[in-house]
Amino acid sequence: MSAPDKAAFLQMQDVVKDFNGFKAVNNVSLDIAKGEIFALLGSSGCGKSTLLRMLAGFETPTSGRIVLDGVDLAGMPPHERPMNMMFQSYALFPHLTVWDNIAFGLRREGLPKERVAERVEAMLKLVQLAKYATRKPHQLSGGQQQRVALARSLAKQPQLLLLDEPLGALDKKLREETQIELVNIIESVGVTCVMVTHDQEEAMTMASRIAVMSEGRFLQVGAPGDIYETPATRFVADFIGNVNLMDGTLDVDEADHCIIGCADCRHYVGHGITGIIGMPVTVALRPEKIHLTRHQPADAFNSVRGTIKEMAYFGSFTVYHLELASKARLKVSMTNIQRHRDDEYTWGDEVWAHWSRSSHVVLTQ
Amino acid sequence: MLSGRTLVIAVPFAFLLVFFLFPFFIVGKISVSEMETVSFKDLLTWSDGVVTLALKFSNYVFITQDTLYFKTYVASLQYALATTLLCLCIGYPFAYFMARARATLQPALLMLVMLPFWTSFLLRVYAWRGLLTEGGWVADLIIASGLDQLLYAFGLISTPGKLMHTPFSLVLGMTYTYLPFMILPLYGNLAKLDLRLLEAAADLGATPWVAFWKVTVPLSKAGIIAGSMLVFIPCVGEFVIPELLGGPETLMIGRVLWDEFFSNNDWPMASSVAVVMVLLIIVPLAIFSKYQAEAQEQK
Repeated sequence: MSAPDKAAFLQMQDVVKDFNGFKAVNNVSLDIAKGEIFALLGSSGCGKSTLLRMLAGFETPTSGRIVLDGVDLAGMPPHERPMNMMFQSYALFPHLTVWDNIAFGLRREGLPKERVAERVEAMLKLVQLAKYATRKPHQLSGGQQQRVALARSLAKQPQLLLLDEPLGALDKKLREETQIELVNIIESVGVTCVMVTHDQEEAMTMASRIAVMSEGRFLQVGAPGDIYETPATRFVADFIGNVNLMDGTLDVDEADHCIIGCADCRHYVGHGITGIIGMPVTVALRPEKIHLTRHQPADAFNSVRGTIKEMAYFGSFTVYHLELASKARLKVSMTNIQRHRDDEYTWGDEVWAHWSRSSHVVLTQ
Repeated sequence: MLSGRTLVIAVPFAFLLVFFLFPFFIVGKISVSEMETVSFKDLLTWSDGVVTLALKFSNYVFITQDTLYFKTYVASLQYALATTLLCLCIGYPFAYFMARARATLQPALLMLVMLPFWTSFLLRVYAWRGLLTEGGWVADLIIASGLDQLLYAFGLISTPGKLMHTPFSLVLGMTYTYLPFMILPLYGNLAKLDLRLLEAAADLGATPWVAFWKVTVPLSKAGIIAGSMLVFIPCVGEFVIPELLGGPETLMIGRVLWDEFFSNNDWPMASSVAVVMVLLIIVPLAIFSKYQAEAQEQK
């Protein structure tokens, strides 16, 4: 992954979009460096698409500034902006061939015919569609259409590439393959990229940084690993991946550790937090960081007893739902490293779950 | 076995067969018949063991020889073409803005387009006589603004200041009458246009004007063709409007037909004129739709 340059290439400053009193985007500020692949992640209606459409020029910010490479984009119509968008479900021109779709933007620049042809050929080669140049979009498969859309949006060598749910229309298997391919193409071209997605896996695999959005605001901005392992809020922890959230109170808070008491267990966390003794906190624990055993662990902290109530088999791993003494549920994920275990856990088993001192995230908001 | 699908297709097919193809066959038969005083001679006669098939093609020969018919056909096609183009020029923006209007407003606009149908079209064409004749306020307006000089310069009226019974009044009347037939298919087509395609065009650097010509117009081709057919075909054979608004210089095939049938009482001649008219329209249409079908298949 190319290291982002220090200077902000795309800047959004206090951007607000107000639709008749409904703030779709509420005071958002963000710097994106050149060469970054940045993902706006959120559920539908969180304002991520509105933000993308403001970048493209289809919506005008109610207030705030958007600056690209030192140029304020305010008042610049979409057709003058040095950026191209890959639309959700592609918006390919149905009456034009693959070739003409890709050439559409180049022809608007008034390039000579040979230059257009050269560029289109290069794009077709880039997305490996040279054989399909004379086809119409409806004669292509979903994956091929997606590549035409990508080629069309890259043909003009935009300074900024906008992707709106780039893989949303593909089925799961194809999506996984395409994620990597798409990133490879984008990085080989070296274009800065802002993508919008509701699919956290897509955001995590493709983006160098992610902004988690909800109700028009950024909840957290960071690298995929940071967002997953150190979510800032309950919402982010819950939104990204699977998580067990346990409410408790802060009992001990030292420089090198803290202890949090919950209904079913006491957590020993291997670092201090800034808080007041007795304050309510939430402990977030990812299912894959919990281990199951049939015997009571030696450590009095960080373990809990429960009954297996549900099992969800995913092939490579299994998620066990444990019912604890307080009737709360705990999700535990175990990798299926053996084809058949001698001692398989099953419904109704009484087991102990335990986890290490560094696996928690303590959330105060 | 008769499936539901066959039945659904068979009903309109049978309708066309009984009410179009069969009558047309009768007209075709009359056109090659010999006229006696009140009735036609039979085509097939049986006498002395000899079957005689008498087909009289002299009417068709006459049509090709008499320049009156040729000129009338050409004039009919010209007026129909002018009307179609005018309807397209007026109807396209009309349909476009209707399709782009607020969704809550669209039914009302659609209603406005169809409102004239509530009054008989005969009355509405008659009304134009009042408006265009000397002293009618539309005529006054045109003359006061000097537009009549322009129409005269283009040869649409023969004398400045006189608007009725001219090519101008004829085409105006036909455009007025057939405009809804252009607007409705165009509206139906344009309302379906995926607006994201226009955004995609803008995103790729097309100004709204270029996006209109490169995306909207090509994608509304089906609507343009449907609307044009709905206007052009009835216009070629139009009788009432040329009768009411046209003049001696605007002879159209519909009036010639009328004259042959009811003034000259020459049914075979009238039928020949009708057959030629139908062929004139159907042959290019058939070629066109064959070409369309082939283009569709190549996709």
